[in-house]
Amino acid sequence: MKAAVITFPGSNCDRDLSVAFAQAGAEVVKVWHKETEIPAGVDIIGVPGGFSYGDYLRCGAIASRSPIGRAVADFAGRGGYVLGICNGFQVLTEMKLLPGALMRNAGLKFVSKPLSLRVATTDSAFTSGYEAGQEIVIPVAHHDGNYQIDAEGLARLQGEDRVAFRYVENPNGSVDDIAGVLSENRRVLGMMPHPERVIEDAQGGADGAALFRALTSVLESA
Amino acid sequence: MKARVHVMLKDGVLDPQGEAVRHALGHMGFGGVEAVRQGKVIELDLAATDKAAAEAEVKDMCEKLLANTVIEKYTIEIA
Repeated sequence: MKAAVITFPGSNCDRDLSVAFAQAGAEVVKVWHKETEIPAGVDIIGVPGGFSYGDYLRCGAIASRSPIGRAVADFAGRGGYVLGICNGFQVLTEMKLLPGALMRNAGLKFVSKPLSLRVATTDSAFTSGYEAGQEIVIPVAHHDGNYQIDAEGLARLQGEDRVAFRYVENPNGSVDDIAGVLSENRRVLGMMPHPERVIEDAQGGADGAALFRALTSVLESA
Repeated sequence: MKARVHVMLKDGVLDPQGEAVRHALGHMGFGGVEAVRQGKVIELDLAATDKAAAEAEVKDMCEKLLANTVIEKYTIEIA
């Protein structure tokens, strides 16, 4: 499996995400934001956390319209896999690859701590390594993680089993405790928590590793 | 030609920052502030000289970048 990890000015989780993909057995290529094409042979794109373009205008807004942003959208449009974490999730909603929007945390504070998540669906390449309803501990670190979507959109997400993870205790006001959502074709996942920060026990937990292992096993056999 | 774009959260979308400002005003003794909504103003200097064309172009900018129409609404003034 070959993974491309995008680096925008202000990305700061791109190295961790690369290490997480590599540990799961993927070949990783780093892609700079000024590039206009995704390298050939890439199976999945990782859009990392951080503060792309200084969070100017809205979190993820400028990155989603950058040259490489358009290439990411085209890749997803062709049925490619995309994983957006934290700022990457914000970028994917700004690209309209995922529905809804991420607003300022309801408590207005930056929240940075490990949190329990419940795996809401195992029906995706990202979540097939977990058990349905399993509780995992993954850290969050964000100021704008308050996921909002209109009632119709929420009903659709729920009806199509596209909520990937829910917070056990809601840290930011997200509707329906949503921590991560899948695209209609289940190949794009956006999530606020950082699975790439918990891939080995030395980091205080390894609950994120199963996500990257599951991706590798699904995409290797594809 | 100048354009001024006002971007506000749509009605019904909770504005945590506006709520915080409302609370602060209450603590400061400003009674009777029933609601606060916070938005942003974006000013653009445009080369265009035709008002209708400028307005159409700015509307396109709003739809594609300046506002996130999932949660935000906008108004445009051209002068």
